[in-house]
Amino acid sequence: MGIEAIEKRQGAALVLPALLWTVAFFVLPFAAMVWISLGHLDGREMVPGPDLGNYLRIFTEPALTRGIWVSLQITLIVTVISVALAWPLAWIIATRVPVRWRRLALLLAVLPFWTSYVVRSYSWALVLGQKGVVMTALLGLGILDAPVQIMATRAATVIGFVHFFVMLLTLTIYSNLVQLSPNYARAAEDLGASRFQVIRLVILPLTLPGVMTGAFLTFVLCIGDYITPQILGGNNELTLPQLIMLQLGRRGDYPMASALSVVLMALVTLAYAACARWLKMERV
Amino acid sequence: MRLTTSCAAAALLAALGPAAEAEELNALIWCDHADPALLEPFEKAHGVKVNTKEFEGTAAGLTILEQSRPGDWDVMVIDAVDVHRAVERGLLAPLPAAEMATADYFPQVVMAANNSVDGVTYAVTEKFGYNTIAFNKAAVDPEDMKSLKTLFSGKYDGRIAVYDYYLPVEGLVGVAQGIATKDLDAAALAKIKAPLFALKSASKQVSDVVASQTALATGEVDVLVGGGEWLTAVLHAENPDLDWTIPEEGGLLWAQSIAVLKDSKKPELALEFVKYITSPEGQARLATSSCYWGMPANRKAGAQLDADQKAVLRWDEQDDYLARAQLYPVPDAATDAAMQDLWTEMLQN
Repeated sequence: MGIEAIEKRQGAALVLPALLWTVAFFVLPFAAMVWISLGHLDGREMVPGPDLGNYLRIFTEPALTRGIWVSLQITLIVTVISVALAWPLAWIIATRVPVRWRRLALLLAVLPFWTSYVVRSYSWALVLGQKGVVMTALLGLGILDAPVQIMATRAATVIGFVHFFVMLLTLTIYSNLVQLSPNYARAAEDLGASRFQVIRLVILPLTLPGVMTGAFLTFVLCIGDYITPQILGGNNELTLPQLIMLQLGRRGDYPMASALSVVLMALVTLAYAACARWLKMERV
Repeated sequence: MRLTTSCAAAALLAALGPAAEAEELNALIWCDHADPALLEPFEKAHGVKVNTKEFEGTAAGLTILEQSRPGDWDVMVIDAVDVHRAVERGLLAPLPAAEMATADYFPQVVMAANNSVDGVTYAVTEKFGYNTIAFNKAAVDPEDMKSLKTLFSGKYDGRIAVYDYYLPVEGLVGVAQGIATKDLDAAALAKIKAPLFALKSASKQVSDVVASQTALATGEVDVLVGGGEWLTAVLHAENPDLDWTIPEEGGLLWAQSIAVLKDSKKPELALEFVKYITSPEGQARLATSSCYWGMPANRKAGAQLDADQKAVLRWDEQDDYLARAQLYPVPDAATDAAMQDLWTEMLQN
């Protein structure tokens, strides 16, 4: 047996555990979910398919279709705002904060990660409420004459999400920034580029892998999140995860919940396809 | 020598295994049963450990049972209106009706039609309460809360929260329109659609238990549609202004039952647990559980509750309340689906 064949065998043997793991804990459950989604409830009993009725309902009933749009809108808004806030923060930490303070700056940036996600969402509910810190300050400073409703709106959901995802994006972008050689910026400056041009034409494009990886993770985590919209959104509009949970609580409509989950999965796959060429995890 | 010792230890553990198993009771419960103050007297009296697993929603409970091995669970708490669903799936064991304390119950909550099938008792009611109007009496006029019409008057627009559960709230909106919960069918749903949507428009939020409590406690809202003693009682010590009432049009009666599971390996112990929970002592502890309060089904629990606890539960007004309250809607599968669809449409509207 040649060395090449031996290496191939060794490679296959090394990949096999991960492959089995993925098949057992992703492929098979996903296939089961797809199969269940093709069934339906007859009375209170689940009847196996194949039947596309659930998918037909999702794309024809306005209340269900709206769930897709609400999820996409919130996710895109959160992703754009989070990137816009996280990139400058990561850049400042990576280039402007003295090295000895960087660790502390990063620690402060990720500190909110240490709090329970549910507790953090309820904390935002208290902060954004009519009698919360934000409204009290705005009224006290005379910026507002009367309270404005933030809590139980889409704005509250977006704020809760952005708080969380700015931290995540800061880390992915920062790790990308610190890997860049300072020679790129020096070379550009030697060639006459202004400070702003260096950032726009050199640094920013080189950090795209980190930005896109963070943005993709934000997209995936945000579109699949149930807790934040449930606590902060006030159920004034439903996202896909909320619609999924609604099917399960009392009626146990697993086929419809599965169909909605498959749609959610399809959206994530589309997002991956859209930014796959930038997703280079090893660069992050 | 070391191997011999290990083998001996393993053999000892194996021998102790069944004994340890016999000292545990596995209960599939709602959060009020997880209160140690409720479980400890039973555990001490029988020398057992009660293991609990909380669930919300009948479908979730039934799914847990179907995904467990037969015999994993011994007792289950279930919405009284859903006992038939569990019996149809062959999950519950018959209970000896003569040994149950139902003779001491408030008669309206014995609910034999819900707890038995073909004359066989499968569950007993353990706790009840009302889905009605909860409010902050320091912020609203309590007189206004005596009629459901107030909710649609515009006076409290933007200060209302709606409890996020379609059965009681659609039932309550039906009651406001003069439609009895037992008559809530597809045709009746068409009649409640406009007022339900109007209620959503008048509301700031539609929220689950904790979010509703938070909103009411922080002054984010002043009225909670679908709330009751189960939601305000645990907050009473901190804010005595949080109150509830049953409007003149009526309110909805909720009730939870407890049952022994058919495949339980400890049916005698499970039955003893049911007897404890429905005894005056168990009932008083369950009524004032740290998770949420509710009226005990057994009247004799009154002797175990103090005056303050009774005042919060409105003990002396129960006869009037029970006379005016209607049982939760008990929809068939098709109506249930239509009610959920209407709820989804309202939330997305």
